[in-house]
Amino acid sequence: MAEFRMPSLGADMEAGTLVEWLVKPGDWVKRGDIVAVVETQKGAIEIESFQTGQVEQVLVNLHSKVPVGTPLALIRTEGEPSRLTPLPIAPAAPISIPRAVTPRSAPVALGTPPGVRASPAARRLALENSIDLTTIVGTGPAGAITYADVERLASAAPVGKKKPSAWLNLDAMRTAIGAAMARSKREIPHYYLEHQVDVSLCEQWLVEKNAKLPPDSRLLIAAVWIKSVALAARRFPAFNGFYHDNKFEPAPAVHVGVAIAIRGGGLAAPALHDADQLSLSDLMSRMRDLVQRTRAGRIRSSEISDATITVSGLGERGVETLYGVIYPPQVAIVGFGKTAERPWVVDGAIGPRSVVNVTLCGDHRVSDGHAGALFLAEIGKLLQDPDKL
Amino acid sequence: MTEVDIRKVLHEELNNIAPEVDMSTVDPTAELREALDIDSMDFLNLITAIHHRLGIDIPEIDYPKLATLDKAIAYIGSKLQANKK
Repeated sequence: MAEFRMPSLGADMEAGTLVEWLVKPGDWVKRGDIVAVVETQKGAIEIESFQTGQVEQVLVNLHSKVPVGTPLALIRTEGEPSRLTPLPIAPAAPISIPRAVTPRSAPVALGTPPGVRASPAARRLALENSIDLTTIVGTGPAGAITYADVERLASAAPVGKKKPSAWLNLDAMRTAIGAAMARSKREIPHYYLEHQVDVSLCEQWLVEKNAKLPPDSRLLIAAVWIKSVALAARRFPAFNGFYHDNKFEPAPAVHVGVAIAIRGGGLAAPALHDADQLSLSDLMSRMRDLVQRTRAGRIRSSEISDATITVSGLGERGVETLYGVIYPPQVAIVGFGKTAERPWVVDGAIGPRSVVNVTLCGDHRVSDGHAGALFLAEIGKLLQDPDKL
Repeated sequence: MTEVDIRKVLHEELNNIAPEVDMSTVDPTAELREALDIDSMDFLNLITAIHHRLGIDIPEIDYPKLATLDKAIAYIGSKLQANKK
């Protein structure tokens, strides 16, 4: 029997509130399936199962705030006999949470209020539209609220009043960013390097490629940046991994944390898994999905804790150079400024070229400027041959 | 589709990206990216949404022609006109 526990989604997380179960006893789950939604400082996180098996029992009730590590459910792996005597449901262990991390303005409907019967899909739709489920009369079995019940109300809601998301709490997010960045500046001896890269070929290549594609399939230059960093990180393992307990552990896979700005002043850097293995078009569609979900406040647990290196770009309206702050326990962050047209010497003649400043912030406990320079140079080289990315 | 209809579609799609903005207060001659603080991903999502909703093709090379609300309305209007022919 495997225990499905409240995961730690960052060093600063002490507890999480279970706000939605997406499975019930008897359901089969695969590794990677989303089984629950947990409300944390970083917003609502979709929690994935690490096990394949059948949900035997749910141990924690909705709306319980429980410490990291608390078993939430029991999952019976294949071949295991069913447990005969059910365990008692654990009481919601009350724990004290510092006032500072408590959301100041509670979103309207955080999960289902106790005593309300509603389908998971209905609950989700209600949350997305900030609809209070207690105000709905259900038409489903035993008066349960169905998706259609919520949909009727959602479509009747006045347009323009829609909030970005009921899940995002920017105050709490700011506290989490502050805690992570303060820890980074306290613990990580950063060093900074900058490299100017002629990306004219990349830009040209992208224009030609996108000219033949419908909008759904078009690529953004950010996808090219991420792929080049992912490939370089594979070749330079000292920039890809985690620093734990006074020791660096290089990561076997490259999961690139993508820095995503959130309207109203928020920032998250969820992981784009195995970015080095993805084709550019797959990487692009995954990035689109990731950005959309992050901005809607629906990040998955693995995405929030898995990133092995971060890439940050301020886009074409930003500044030319970006000096990042490493997201612990990672050991490197690569920054891309906006691309600018510059006079550039190519084959002995000066001409206009598109140039981008690429920066690296590295962790001196793990690497030095020498290795960092080689790593940045590798990214520059990869960007000269976009066809091979 | 009249200019009023196109404006309505644009307002709706832009509100999907920037829900907190009251579109009636946006200067129709201002650069959308600046006025609404939208990035390249938002802009691509806008183009994708218009493409699907109105069935017009907007090549990347034409993006500057949709830089402001007024420009975008004129561009979409001419594209719809061309589609009819």
